[in-house]
Amino acid sequence: MIRWLAQHRAALGLALRRLVLAPFNTLLSLLVIGIALTLPAFGYLLLDNLRALGQNASGVQEVSVFMALDAGSRDVAEIEKRLQQASTVNWRFVPKDAALQRLRQRDGMAEIVASLPRNPLPDAFVLSPDNTDPAALEVLRHELAGWPKVAHVQLDSAWVKRFDAFLKLGKLALSMLAVVFAGGLVAVTFNTIRLQVMAQAAEIELARMIGATDGFIRRPFYYYGALQGMLGGLLATALVFAGLHLLADPVAQLAALYGGDFVLRSPQAVEVLALLTAGGVLGWLGAQLSVSLSLRKFG
Amino acid sequence: MIVASHLNKRYPGGFDALQDVSFEISAGQMVLITGHSGAGKTTLVKLIASLERPTSGSLVVNGQNLAALRRNAIPYVRRHFGMVFQDQKLLFDRSALDNVMLPLQIVGLSRREALRRAQAALDKVGLLSRERANPIALSGGEQQRLAIARAVVNRPSILVADEPTGNLDQASAIQILDLFADFHRVGVTVVVATHDQSWVDRYHPNLLCLDHGRLL
Repeated sequence: MIRWLAQHRAALGLALRRLVLAPFNTLLSLLVIGIALTLPAFGYLLLDNLRALGQNASGVQEVSVFMALDAGSRDVAEIEKRLQQASTVNWRFVPKDAALQRLRQRDGMAEIVASLPRNPLPDAFVLSPDNTDPAALEVLRHELAGWPKVAHVQLDSAWVKRFDAFLKLGKLALSMLAVVFAGGLVAVTFNTIRLQVMAQAAEIELARMIGATDGFIRRPFYYYGALQGMLGGLLATALVFAGLHLLADPVAQLAALYGGDFVLRSPQAVEVLALLTAGGVLGWLGAQLSVSLSLRKFG
Repeated sequence: MIVASHLNKRYPGGFDALQDVSFEISAGQMVLITGHSGAGKTTLVKLIASLERPTSGSLVVNGQNLAALRRNAIPYVRRHFGMVFQDQKLLFDRSALDNVMLPLQIVGLSRREALRRAQAALDKVGLLSRERANPIALSGGEQQRLAIARAVVNRPSILVADEPTGNLDQASAIQILDLFADFHRVGVTVVVATHDQSWVDRYHPNLLCLDHGRLL
């Protein structure tokens, strides 16, 4: 066990030395890997921010339940009771008198409202469901419509569906982009390791002759690939933070123009960790492929 | 103990480097493999050091038939040998000390223990004062002594060399001969392929004479 650990420590040390001893090559490789990881990571964050923006936009994910004009307080109480039992929905009650009052306060509406013989507005409930998936909203709308004394359920499902379709398309495009760039990362590592194997040919040949196992020879290259990938991931994280920092002010100004206070979300620790892990795993994969092919000539 | 029985080696293309070679080398013996160029000396050395596999026949070293080894067992068998090459195969991107430490790193010794044993090996061949030197700065004789230090640092039971004095002047060659004799005296089996007659004159070793791949 101690010997096994010593060999891994030596392989890690050797990989680090190789990274440090060729700073220019290392820097160029890190830039390529960093940019390859930055684009999908930044795209993911932008889509996630957009999704949050869509969820927070006033009225977008809300369902309005309008009672029948002849619904009484007992009917309203029944609906309230049912909504209280549904724990996955936040809701508020808008009495018809309060609705009329708000209508009256709008410019030019006071006289019109005063001329009405009676209040034409119904009691209403405004619901904010936890699950905003268009299909789930549609099911909810259908269920609400069947409740007693409910005259109309309003859901801007078309907008929600369009927004959801846009997000799905964005995710698909992002996934394709991520696969392409992951392939690029593997290719970059593959080539770097291939050149290293060529440069270390004498050492590899000698090591084999004096009893080195495949694992001993391969290990430093695996560590190199994984380290390079992780460092590329670190660079990508820095680039994403820098990009978000540059966008923060313009986005805040844009949000202010629409009367909002939207702030772009930064990557969380777990997302940074995922990016580093992805870089490391892809780097290791590139090294794996490269070493397997390159070492064939050593028999 | 090394026992070869009806050993044959045919290279791709049909060249028979060894034909029906049989011999026994007891533990602790010093044996020279002699013969003219192309006689099969290097091939026999490579087979003994498990660097190549025989085409047929058996070669048993310390109770293991090298002809029947599984591929993943070969590295562990090679660790029982100290191998000295004619062209030394030193690594010129690292110090003399690091060259000698390589076999110890391969077996997974701690850096401290590897350092201690590598320095002892360098001391044995008279190169401790040059431990930080790059091998390229060493003379031909020093380079060969460094290669011997690397070969013996793992305390092998068998030391195998292929023309270790082939590129050296006489004074350096004698130093190398004496080093091999020192290891032989402490019980190491020494097998050397050479056509340097001074080995025979100086140490009267057992001889395996090859001619066109056959043992005379």
